[in-house]
Amino acid sequence: MHIPDGFLDAKTWISTAALSAGALGYSIKKSREELDERQVPRLGIMAAFIFAAQMVNFPIAGGTSGHLLGAALATVLLGPWNACLIITTVLVVQCLGFQDGGITALGGNIFNMAVAGVLTAFLVFKILSAVLKGAAGRSVSIFLAAWASVFAASALATAELAFSGTVPFSVAFPAMAGWHALIGIGEGVITVVVVNFISRLGFADSKADAGAGVN
Amino acid sequence: MKNIYKVLLLALIVAAVLSPLASSSPDGLERVAEDLGFLEKGEGAPVIKSPVPDYVFPGIENEAAATAAAGVAGTLATFGAMYLLAKSVKRKNAGEIKGK
Repeated sequence: MHIPDGFLDAKTWISTAALSAGALGYSIKKSREELDERQVPRLGIMAAFIFAAQMVNFPIAGGTSGHLLGAALATVLLGPWNACLIITTVLVVQCLGFQDGGITALGGNIFNMAVAGVLTAFLVFKILSAVLKGAAGRSVSIFLAAWASVFAASALATAELAFSGTVPFSVAFPAMAGWHALIGIGEGVITVVVVNFISRLGFADSKADAGAGVN
Repeated sequence: MKNIYKVLLLALIVAAVLSPLASSSPDGLERVAEDLGFLEKGEGAPVIKSPVPDYVFPGIENEAAATAAAGVAGTLATFGAMYLLAKSVKRKNAGEIKGK
């Protein structure tokens, strides 16, 4: 759901850019409090993995595709502050290097996916994993956190399009919500599989997500 | 070396092998833009030029190879960018946190 140039008007992209800049500054401050030497390569590797995975669009239905967002993946394994920096880095590389997401929409895309997507994944995971115990409970929590992150990001993108006068919210929301509810299922499945797989490769053996208050 | 680097290797494999197999159907937002008739608003010239537009590495004839090359280049660039950012975020606080 990378918004291209031309979909957002000036007031919308300037205000989302300002909100994103504030959220990023705060994330850097919080990351700084907990990031140690051992975590540095993990952040790089997680960002690289999410970049690669985002290239792999999977078909959902009716000639439409989706791809991993990765907000929940990074949040569950490395905590929300690091996850915000990771998804932001992926979006910046995609925008500057690959023309995926417009430069004027970069602030909006960061706000939707790296800020709201991560925050939603974090809150849903934190609440559900406190209630649902055991390995199965953890997987269900991860699945729903991933699904919700995609849904929240798409709802915000819709709001920004509407605020820009590109399309009325009441018209766009049912369509955006419908497709992203489906894409969110893919997000949930991939996130559960990848978290379980790469946890065994040392991604969860440290105090990695202690800062997130999870696990 | 460390196990976590296997994940980087996995990322490179995903970028090189799976990305050329990705669905070329529009994603959720593109589909909605198409159906609701605002897709053309995003079809003007991009505000900035990217070196590798649309994940097709320039100068490579074969489309799958061009996508794979773009994927590998982007994966490495993302690793490098994130590593340097994390390193700079970490370093500024090294004095306070490291008690050793």
